[in-house]
Amino acid sequence: MSEPRDTIIEVRGLRTQFGPQVIHDGLDLDVFRGEVLGIVGGSGTGKSVLLRQITGLLTPAAGTIRAFGTDMGQASEAERRAVERRWGVMFQDGALFSALTVAENVEAPMRVHTDLAPAVRRELAELKVALSGLPRSACDKYPSELSGGMRKRAGLARALALDPEIVFLDEPTAGLDPIGAAAFDDLIGELQAAMGLTVFMVTHDLDSLHAICDRVAVLAEKRVLAQGTMSELARVDHPWMIDYFRGPRARAAGIGAKDGD
Amino acid sequence: MAVQSEPKSDASPTTLRPQGPLTIAAGLEALKDTGLAGAVTLDLSGAGRIDTAGAAAILRLGDRLAAAGGGLTVTGETPAQRRMLDLVAARRFPPEPPARAPDPLRAAVARLGQAVVEGGGTGVALTAFLGQVVATLAATMLRPWRLRLTPLVFHLGEVGLGAVPIVALMSFLIGVVLAYQGATQLRQFGAEVFVVDLIAVSVLRELGILLTAIIVAGRTGAAFTAAIGSMKMREEIDAMRTLGLDPVAVLVLPRVLALLIALPLLGLVANVMGLLGGAVMAWVELGVSPGMFRARLLEGVDISNATVGLIKAPVFALIIGVVGCFEGMRVGGNAESLGRRTSVSVVTAIFLVILADALFSIFFSVVGL
Repeated sequence: MSEPRDTIIEVRGLRTQFGPQVIHDGLDLDVFRGEVLGIVGGSGTGKSVLLRQITGLLTPAAGTIRAFGTDMGQASEAERRAVERRWGVMFQDGALFSALTVAENVEAPMRVHTDLAPAVRRELAELKVALSGLPRSACDKYPSELSGGMRKRAGLARALALDPEIVFLDEPTAGLDPIGAAAFDDLIGELQAAMGLTVFMVTHDLDSLHAICDRVAVLAEKRVLAQGTMSELARVDHPWMIDYFRGPRARAAGIGAKDGD
Repeated sequence: MAVQSEPKSDASPTTLRPQGPLTIAAGLEALKDTGLAGAVTLDLSGAGRIDTAGAAAILRLGDRLAAAGGGLTVTGETPAQRRMLDLVAARRFPPEPPARAPDPLRAAVARLGQAVVEGGGTGVALTAFLGQVVATLAATMLRPWRLRLTPLVFHLGEVGLGAVPIVALMSFLIGVVLAYQGATQLRQFGAEVFVVDLIAVSVLRELGILLTAIIVAGRTGAAFTAAIGSMKMREEIDAMRTLGLDPVAVLVLPRVLALLIALPLLGLVANVMGLLGGAVMAWVELGVSPGMFRARLLEGVDISNATVGLIKAPVFALIIGVVGCFEGMRVGGNAESLGRRTSVSVVTAIFLVILADALFSIFFSVVGL
């Protein structure tokens, strides 16, 4: 990693507090263009909170978050909108608008941010639905008519609606069966390679971390405790990380084997 | 995004040279179909980043040219652009044959037929639900210790006590309005004192209970639908069933019973307040003193007027309660359907209440009450 890397998201000195409870304190994190970054950590370490702060849904108590060079804390409304159209967010259960069909859900960001003709919008929405691996018949279904896995795919299709440079995925494989989860990992990897996407992924799934993440950041002790490739992290000598990366589930995911060579 | 196109003679191929990125944000108009035909070459050497929207536009242009007997050749693309084009070409849905537009008359008739079938289905389902409620009620009467007392008391408070202020105020005002309107008419004949009969008969027989039922349908019927509907949405009803709990016994019966008890009482409140409002107005406007009002009321108005009014209350209560719970049970998986069901519930309940009121009027006039 000697060549200079283009930083898309830069978090510095982030402090998060809910009442007396401090979640993050002095957290620093960089997301580089074109990488798949996995965020792991125990429950309550603020992984989803971090995602919500970067995407502007929560305001941190202190610290700066720069996205595409824009300081999101200081940005004007117009600057925020310009940044927002360059990212896509997929929430845990898809968070699809229940009153809209899947295609209309995917069209929603295009309505807000572009002035495309309705027919073009629809065509692009269908393309995004196809890219996310759903059948054409899903386009005109309502979210309530879809299974959990299909809703996640539809959520991904909506996150990709504007061809973002970075997508934020909140536990994309949680609640999927192993085959569905593996297929979802492949999908993200494939889209990432072809579209040059940057992926910011909160996950608990060791298989996905292993399969598609270029780099993993571990949240613990209110900060990024360690970051690096899976095999680098497997060598870090910290009790929680030893449990996490060398536990029985990690061995099952084949991480232990990789550690050995 | 400047496009350099070199239209030569008709036979020779056209070349498009879009400059700059072809993305959802910019450059797509460069690929708009501007009467191109034949063999077209697209030179991407000047183009920048291509996203899926750009790739889709290129492929769409190719489809159109191919359909017109021509073709699109892409040249000068970078490996990244090629990857994007290949991804979109491989993953997009195959073009769909255009759907035949349906005959508008046929479509209208089909919609009407569908509405009738759906309406009939709803009627059958509502009747079945009523039967279920009545059966559960009968079963509970045989084993009264199985009645859920806590929710019943809770709903009595919500449905009955909570509605007292609004019902009292509304019927007081109705009494005022009736007295005022009656006074202006009756004064012309010097028959002011008959305003008492007018107020008493209309409030006791019709308006007191009818308007109370309408208020309760809007207030309580909607609340029933929303409460049961959101439980349905979050699969709580299904969870209950798997635990062996009957949703009708647990959720519907306490609500319907509470309404059955509360609505006649609210009707009584409405009657009293309506008469009070009428009496106040008659005193202020016509100089009919409260004593005179009372004497005229006892002398000229038969008690049957009040019983005829209040006898309708349990029927209205059953309609509002059953419709409210039924619509709640019909809520589907999304928030939209919750809103739609709630409004359907209120409209249906009010309509059925007025329909029942009309049937009661016919019935009472036939039996001579």
